Amino acid sequence: MKQLSAILEGIGSTLLLAVRAGRYLPTLPRQFPRFIEQCYVIGYTTLPIVTILSFFIGSVLALQSGYSMENFGAKQFIGTLVGLSIVRELGPVMVAILVTGRVGSAITAELASMKVYQEVDALVTMDIPPERMLVLPRLAAVLVMMPVLTTIANLCGWFGGALVCKYTTFISVEPDSYFAALKRFMDMKDVTDGLIKAEVFGFVVTLVCCNVGLNTRGGPREIGASVTRAVVISLILILVLDYFVTKFLI
Amino acid sequence: MADYTATPFTGKPFGVTIDKLNKSFDGVPVLTDVSLEIRPGEIFVIMGPSGSGKSVLLRHVAGLEAATSGRVNIGEFDAADPATRERVRLALVFQAGALFNSMSVYDNLALYLREHRVDREAGIRERVMHALQILSLEKAVDQFPAELSGGMKKRVAIARALVIEPQLLLYDEPTSELDPVMSATISEIIATLREQTAVTTIVVSHDRDLALAIADRLAILMDGRIRATGKPGEFKAPADPAIANFFNPTIDLKNPRFKQLEHNHE
Repeated sequence: MKQLSAILEGIGSTLLLAVRAGRYLPTLPRQFPRFIEQCYVIGYTTLPIVTILSFFIGSVLALQSGYSMENFGAKQFIGTLVGLSIVRELGPVMVAILVTGRVGSAITAELASMKVYQEVDALVTMDIPPERMLVLPRLAAVLVMMPVLTTIANLCGWFGGALVCKYTTFISVEPDSYFAALKRFMDMKDVTDGLIKAEVFGFVVTLVCCNVGLNTRGGPREIGASVTRAVVISLILILVLDYFVTKFLI
Repeated sequence: MADYTATPFTGKPFGVTIDKLNKSFDGVPVLTDVSLEIRPGEIFVIMGPSGSGKSVLLRHVAGLEAATSGRVNIGEFDAADPATRERVRLALVFQAGALFNSMSVYDNLALYLREHRVDREAGIRERVMHALQILSLEKAVDQFPAELSGGMKKRVAIARALVIEPQLLLYDEPTSELDPVMSATISEIIATLREQTAVTTIVVSHDRDLALAIADRLAILMDGRIRATGKPGEFKAPADPAIANFFNPTIDLKNPRFKQLEHNHE
């Protein structure tokens, strides 16, 4: 019963935080430097790891599917399989997981530390709402950067798959055939559906991480506990939401 | 006398009314039926032993805690209402400073002025530098809080409160962890600031010297209840033994309570 009430309280406070931050949307142009700083943190610093991981996910997907599809003589569809898997599913989910680990944990640690050391209280007494200064720029930045990161992840994944297809002897599919297959069965809706998913995941992850950070109570030890809690909740939500958003979009 | 205001003080000081305030954390009472009337422009010191609920009381005045029952009003406004902070310029000097660790000293002071668009950047710089100069912190302008000593952090926190030009100024243990010279300086700043700006000042402290030196009136909080209120002169020889012991604690080197410790040591 206690756990259920904690879950409901968490959902309620997270939604409330979104509403409160949304109320300050008109102040966003005034916070442009803060927004750019968050874009840099969320986008630029996550980019290397997104590039590397998506490249290898595309590669291994091509390798596995090439190995299996060779038996059916369906190697010409590897491009389709890799392309659609990445753009509809793996790209957005992988970027969301990376943003959780790389950015979400940092957001929770920073806000939890500010809360524990009374910096958030200091903001409140100065009539500077934390939702305006700490939450809104992060939410706006993640909404801008998630499609960018996901698009780059998609491209890197496709490229990784193409390289494996060309240079693996038992696959030997030329990039032209690979990309032709990729284009043949993919339309713009596949891409936009993936980007919508990425937006939803990024928004929810950032909101949860901000909320857990701002609700941290106690001493420095609680900062670590909050980071763990925020990351676990975010990862669960990514996978649960993935099902529902996919069902909604199909 | 030094000029402690960055610009001429504008805005009337507010009085504070605390009416039958009760606060419990998880059913444990921390404040019980606390009622106080703090007049506009006075320095009111709330004293009491550690854990008596002084800081919690101050956080209610700052609107950082919601009361279990009772009310705190700043002027005619409810302190718990976030809209009150739009109507009353309030500054709280936190016990540990609560400086923004990711910002330089300059940015810590400039934040309020920038966020509320009080002035252009040149004007903000002038106000910030003036506040830093008052507290002899000019050299620390580009330093970060982690690079400052405890005393310097406290002075930066006071400087940050100064630039706000508050109508209600709250101090939470302003002299804790400071040496006697720095404590005296902080006491002078609190008193002079009130003299020059007529700002209503509430100080929470267990520093007897500070309280007797600067308070217009003081209250003693013990176990979450107001034990006594009055002018500093009334506490020079208090009749209440608990208050007398708080103001003039005796050190008994042969206290029987600690006999067991002696025994264990042997």
